[in-house]
Amino acid sequence: MTIDEIQQEIVEEFSGFEDWMDKYAYLIEIGNEMTPIDAKYKVENNLIRGCQSRVWLHQEFTDGKIIFEAESDALIVKGLVALLLRIYSGRTPKDILESEPRFIDEIGLRQHLSPTRSNGLLAMVKQMKMYALAYEKISAKK
Amino acid sequence: MIPDISKMRKDFPILDQKVNGKPLIYFDNAATSQRPIQVIERVDEFSLRTNANIHRATHYLANKTTEAFEASRETVRQFINAGEASEVIFTQGTTESINLVAFSFGEAFVSAGDEVIVTEMEHHANIVPWQMMCERRSAILKVLPFNDNGELQIELLDSLITNKTRILAVAHVSNTLGTINPIREIILKAHLKNVPVLIDGAQAAAHFKIDVQELGCDFYAFSGHKIYGPTGIGALYGKRKWLDQMPPFMGGGEMIDRVTFAKTTYNQLPYKFEAGTPNYVGAIGFAAAIQYIQTQDNQALHAYEHDLLTVATEKLQQIEGLKIYGEATSKAAVICFNIVGIHPFDLGTLLDQMGIAVRTGRLCADPVMDHYGVENMVRASFAFYNTFEEINAFYKALIRLKAMF
Repeated sequence: MTIDEIQQEIVEEFSGFEDWMDKYAYLIEIGNEMTPIDAKYKVENNLIRGCQSRVWLHQEFTDGKIIFEAESDALIVKGLVALLLRIYSGRTPKDILESEPRFIDEIGLRQHLSPTRSNGLLAMVKQMKMYALAYEKISAKK
Repeated sequence: MIPDISKMRKDFPILDQKVNGKPLIYFDNAATSQRPIQVIERVDEFSLRTNANIHRATHYLANKTTEAFEASRETVRQFINAGEASEVIFTQGTTESINLVAFSFGEAFVSAGDEVIVTEMEHHANIVPWQMMCERRSAILKVLPFNDNGELQIELLDSLITNKTRILAVAHVSNTLGTINPIREIILKAHLKNVPVLIDGAQAAAHFKIDVQELGCDFYAFSGHKIYGPTGIGALYGKRKWLDQMPPFMGGGEMIDRVTFAKTTYNQLPYKFEAGTPNYVGAIGFAAAIQYIQTQDNQALHAYEHDLLTVATEKLQQIEGLKIYGEATSKAAVICFNIVGIHPFDLGTLLDQMGIAVRTGRLCADPVMDHYGVENMVRASFAFYNTFEEINAFYKALIRLKAMF
């Protein structure tokens, strides 16, 4: 499935919720179900520190694709992180750079990507794109 | 006289709105307060009819604006009972005020090996400027700690002050713990050893009577936007004896007497510290806010705020797993807390869905977070336009949200 197809899938999953409480409960559930990131990756280098929540992002580049692992100490953010991994992990740098996480807006959670310095989630998306950009350049040089 | 809170609420149009479909419950007053219509109208009226730069031209509008600006200074002077208007400097706010003192006092009085004392419960605005100054002047920053109850360990103060101590800076009220510090006692102890004291009054000015002469403090800083006035304006009170000896902070127009490329001489107080065109619109709004408060029965309002704190604390203490940070006997209406197993960001986000505005995060007080070993907290802070019904709704919301985790 392409990134956009997965985003569409997510939007459809959320369209069933009328009540904000159900929407957030679902996010919390997704967050809770996430496999925790390996403890050895929860290090300073991987930490994206925002004052609202912390996010750890680990990545590996194999076979031309970036595998991401991530986690947050806030459950709602963790749920959103899980969704972001669903669309971005295992993708080529090109695919990552060419798409935007528009699903977040479409499921009515745009405020979580607001550009305040305290927003760990937005910083994480930016970081993912930076990795994609770096790997794309590295691959181009070979 | 019991204040008519519902009548006073009507003075604040912003409170009458729905957020996410629910009535707004604004519990973030420690971050900023709301403005009454009287302040909004005064600022609008001024901008519509009177605006001109001050202290510069002699035309009609300039004169009227200058009068209004200096009248605002006098209003602030009276509000804090400063000895003279020249001891009241208009600044951008508390942060700028503290930076001004840290820099200028540092230039004049602090040398290598000297000491500056702050406390463990300070907001970053009352820590970082001093750290920066200490680095510049090769001085040492010392910290007066607080106990787990949120009270400063005053018993350590005497030994912390040495003959190298040049200044002590402390909050009147903590923005996280809510503690009302015994600043009179602190000032007396410091003065016995000839150490001047700066008070960060950002959280206090709106909620408690300030009398700088009675307190005896050497500097007192507070902000307009936390006292029902506009943003971008604040005041720094400083005793003339210090301000006269301190070099200017910022250079430019207004703060000068005569400029030549060979030498420039400076203006007298307060203008020496008011470079550039000031936020005179803000100053006028600031004065209007003070006047609004002064027309109320402040003792009654302060008592009411205290009741809000008491009721909210009682209710929160009933919630299992909820921990309040800061339980000093003398507290302002600020409650920081966490609920076991629930991240503050999650709680704040969900409270927002219910129309309730609280603050979450590190609250510009990293040392306080470190003291309790937490990453973030939730903070509810009240003003006189909050109600017991709102607190009840808050309590019920917390119970409901707790069940989601």
